[in-house]
Amino acid sequence: MARMATTRRVAISTAVAWLFGLLIFFPILWMGLASFKTELEAFAVPPSFLFFHWTTENYATVQERSDYLHHAMNSIIIAGGSTLIALLIAIPAAWSMAFSPTKRTKDILLWMLSTKMMPPVGVLVPIYLIYKSFGLLDSRIGLVFILCLGNLPIVIWMLFTYFKEIPRDILEAARMDGATIGRELVYVLTPMAIPGLASTLLLNLILAWNEAFWTLNLSTSNAAPLTTFIASYSSPEGLFWAKLSAASTLAIAPILVLGWFSQKQLVRGLTFGAVK
Amino acid sequence: MAAFFFPAEEKPVATRQTQFLARSLLSPAVGLLFIWMIVPLALTIYFSTLHYSLLDPGSESFVGLENFRYFLTDPAFLASLQNTLVLVGSVLALTILLGIPLALLMDQPVIGRNFVRLMVIAPFFVMPTVSALVWKNLLMHPVSGLFAWLASLFGLTPIDWFNDVPLFAVILIVTWQWLPFATLILLTALQSLDEEQKEAAEMDGASAVSTFIYITLPHLARPITVVILIETIFLLTVFAEIFVTTGGGPGLQTTNIAFLIYSQALIQFDVGSASAGGLVAVVIANIVAFFLVRIVGRNLEA
Repeated sequence: MARMATTRRVAISTAVAWLFGLLIFFPILWMGLASFKTELEAFAVPPSFLFFHWTTENYATVQERSDYLHHAMNSIIIAGGSTLIALLIAIPAAWSMAFSPTKRTKDILLWMLSTKMMPPVGVLVPIYLIYKSFGLLDSRIGLVFILCLGNLPIVIWMLFTYFKEIPRDILEAARMDGATIGRELVYVLTPMAIPGLASTLLLNLILAWNEAFWTLNLSTSNAAPLTTFIASYSSPEGLFWAKLSAASTLAIAPILVLGWFSQKQLVRGLTFGAVK
Repeated sequence: MAAFFFPAEEKPVATRQTQFLARSLLSPAVGLLFIWMIVPLALTIYFSTLHYSLLDPGSESFVGLENFRYFLTDPAFLASLQNTLVLVGSVLALTILLGIPLALLMDQPVIGRNFVRLMVIAPFFVMPTVSALVWKNLLMHPVSGLFAWLASLFGLTPIDWFNDVPLFAVILIVTWQWLPFATLILLTALQSLDEEQKEAAEMDGASAVSTFIYITLPHLARPITVVILIETIFLLTVFAEIFVTTGGGPGLQTTNIAFLIYSQALIQFDVGSASAGGLVAVVIANIVAFFLVRIVGRNLEA
């Protein structure tokens, strides 16, 4: 009886939860609104909340003046490429550790986790110099490579925890039936692993899309993804708020949608399976 | 949950052939990560013993531990170490102290709970350069920012965030980014809490407060630890937020270790000193990592 939710209680908790939810979401909402204002209105005091002259010209200007699509394409290639390559390397590794564990599997997993702990700034100097001498600075391939390595431990870990959940009986049955490892991988495991693969893909796309240490330090213009592109709005003081907001809204919208789909996996992926 | 990995009864059924295959499937990943970890780290160690400035090429010479002495005794190091600790400590405290009530709130029967959840989680998916610039300009600008307008509504003097309290401004932005993470993890943990246990406690006449203290909080101990450790690893290397808002200033007021090393490497082009600093950062991160790996490792055991 005590747990039975009374109408009053639901009303109160609903009101409070919505209040805090809106409060936390507000900066994003405010940015979205500003992207439809003129520069003057975006800067105006007192601010206008809904009754301003709505315009989409900022979006057009962002594309015309700074070739937004070029940077968006860079983001897609860098985030997508690094995630796909990481998956290609990680799938066999995670499969092997999940289904043919040895005594050292645990140590290998923990060691992989520990490589993720290395602060990127600790290796900034050598990476920068190596990239400089190989002409990889401001190149998409260079960023694909470094983001792939940076996220590889998380990808392997996530896949490992998902593969672990696939019942072993099915594998043994397949082996009894004389399936080779290749066939086992393609016909038995892959279909069962697809949900896990999809969420790993999603989470790592998000992480790579938002990565802002290597992208800021290793790209300037040609290969600059959206993180670096947006950062370029920090130099001219003020007065470009509407355009900053338009560019920002475009940059976060796709990832916000993906992110909302992958909330559950987010917890799992970022805690290395420690919280589920 | 602990028995999830490597259940005790599990015996490898693999033959020698499959074992060989398993190993060869694993080796590319292990090899790549090994190179990724060893090569740059070895180079960092090597550079840290050199006098090596990109502005003065060809003058490299072995100086032993001179760079470390320089880096560690530089007043900028102490200032940035202090800023790092304040930043990490404040964001941790804020995200957990706000995250617990928020998670408890979202665990209540709320109409439209899924939608509220989406709003609360959203900041985590915003790229750091966007959140930093939106906060700095649209919200915290001393004249035209929304906060300034709100302050004037209440007859207060608007705060010039990035001049008067620059580190606090950065802390607020980073807290906004990480609050969803803490909340989401705590909420996930709350939802796995046994309802019956709570019900039994309430039947026994336990008040909401004592149910929270004796049942909910102990249940949250582990997820809180995980939040602390994982956030610490990311917060030690906060970079983009400082890069686009303050550039480490005014003075050194918002320079953390990561930003200090960056500025020595790519602004002053002092490779030797930046490398020494990089190693210091690695050591600090490793102290945290040591504890995290132990906690996760305990989880791996049957």
